[in-house]
Amino acid sequence: MCGIAGLIHRGKSANIGKELTAMLQSLKHRGPDSTGFALYGPAMADKHVMRFKVAEQEEVKHGFKIREQMKERKQTVDARLKEMGARVELETQVTDYAFRYVFSYHDELRRLAEYIEDVEGAEILSIGHALELIKDLGDATRVSDQYNLGNFNGTHAIGHTRMATESDVDIRSAHPYWAYPFDDVSVVHNGQLTNYWMKRRALERRGHRFMSDCDSELIAVYVADAIDRGEDLEGAMLRSIHELDGVFTYVVATSDALGMAKDTMAAKPMVLYESDDFVAMASEEMAIRTIFPHEIDTYDPYEGEVRIWQS
Amino acid sequence: MAKLKEHVSHEMGLHTEQLAGRTQQVFFDPEEGENFAYPTSFDVDFNKRTEFDAKDLETNAINLKIRELVKQGYGTIVVQNPGAKHSLGVGIFNRLQLYFEGSLGYFGVGLIDGPNVRISGRVGWSCAENMMAGTVIIEKNAGSCFGAAIRGGDLVCKGNVGARTGIDMKGGTIIVGGKTGILSGFMMQRGRMIICGDAGENLGDSMYDGTIFVGGRIDSLGVDAVEAEMTELDKSWLKRKLKTYEFNGADNVDHFKKIVAGKQLWNYDNLEPSEKKLVL
Repeated sequence: MCGIAGLIHRGKSANIGKELTAMLQSLKHRGPDSTGFALYGPAMADKHVMRFKVAEQEEVKHGFKIREQMKERKQTVDARLKEMGARVELETQVTDYAFRYVFSYHDELRRLAEYIEDVEGAEILSIGHALELIKDLGDATRVSDQYNLGNFNGTHAIGHTRMATESDVDIRSAHPYWAYPFDDVSVVHNGQLTNYWMKRRALERRGHRFMSDCDSELIAVYVADAIDRGEDLEGAMLRSIHELDGVFTYVVATSDALGMAKDTMAAKPMVLYESDDFVAMASEEMAIRTIFPHEIDTYDPYEGEVRIWQS
Repeated sequence: MAKLKEHVSHEMGLHTEQLAGRTQQVFFDPEEGENFAYPTSFDVDFNKRTEFDAKDLETNAINLKIRELVKQGYGTIVVQNPGAKHSLGVGIFNRLQLYFEGSLGYFGVGLIDGPNVRISGRVGWSCAENMMAGTVIIEKNAGSCFGAAIRGGDLVCKGNVGARTGIDMKGGTIIVGGKTGILSGFMMQRGRMIICGDAGENLGDSMYDGTIFVGGRIDSLGVDAVEAEMTELDKSWLKRKLKTYEFNGADNVDHFKKIVAGKQLWNYDNLEPSEKKLVL
């Protein structure tokens, strides 16, 4: 089933970590397996923020010698960053297996990302000037507490509560997905793509990489491919309505925009609230009600609809 | 086998079969008065009014509270702050004036038979699914599958409604003040639908019977849905319904189009199961 949510403050910042946590917690019944956040903080023009992990949560619980392995993996990541010319300015260990680095790097991002992910067990969740992508097993409150998201200020955010149906319960199959290797692009999705393998093979032939077997990752890679070819976000999303087969409602975020798209059968729910300075959307209205307990006007977007809002 | 009492419903031609066994015992008590009331329904007084705040109550508690108040004879109940929770006000088989001050989530007021419900906010997907009688009036918008499989009563939304409005509708009336999404009236079998605004693609797809009136643009008709001539009877019925629910411009219905089943896909007969057995 899965639940998705998004919000964007237009022209101002707010505690989006707290807001999105409340929205996603109210959608727990739609997906209790894992929860993910893509939060957009103040953009750092000449620095990148990288969120990555060196093991899955389950590995840490049950793996033999996993702590030594994680230590080795992290040291290798550090060495490779240095080798590629990236200068780490701030290093934070968030959990046993998850890290947040702020670094300077001025070369091609794809080469750097590929070199780091070549380290066994290492997976980059996101790299961006504003984007920070956090996902882990458990409900929104648990993940938010674990990663200290309760005071995260920013302009916009998207999130996901996952009910695993077609792939494993692990972090790599959790949403949101980063549109690798393009900084600041992330995707959440509710639905099922029926031409997943066909599209995946086509995108792999074009040089894109997939970290999971989750069909939602395809949308992130699809958007990344479109951006790579110089297409704008709205054009890519409008094209996706006809090229992606199946039932879906998805939300995309970039450094300064938030967009949503709904399939031509309108088979997956989405409720929207829109005012001059704030837009919120979710699979169920009760998620929006966690921000606005008073009466507000909401509506369902229609079939084949694509909407984009700037921050 | 007990002999059946001739009810009014028999005079109306609703029962031509002699029902036997358990079915008869459960549904046809010869001693029961012909009041069409459920054994679990209560006498209520519409002048006896109460209200409660649902802000901190779960769905189950809210529904139980409504039932308890009905049991106490309250005929008018106001539920404040429903907070878009799911499945509120479902399964009410009683005369009742029920007001929700706010919005409902998914599957609101489903399976009702009799109450008059008014919702000041919006409703989510599948509002009034399988409704059998009564009225439901929504002041704002509604989600998809609005009035799915309703069998009777009047279901009214003053705003816009999502996709698959009136899917599998088997009776009653659905009135939409604004527009509807794709596949509205899909597999409709009976009843009437009024869409004052635009209708999305594939309107009335595979409808068996029933009538859809559209005041705005129709993006496309579905398979076997065809336009029919508006009669004076249709127009007077439309005016009356729109006036009843206080829609603007109720006197002007000349621009409405009437959509019915082309019946080219019909491949079944009208025989009752017992008659079919005889034929076979």
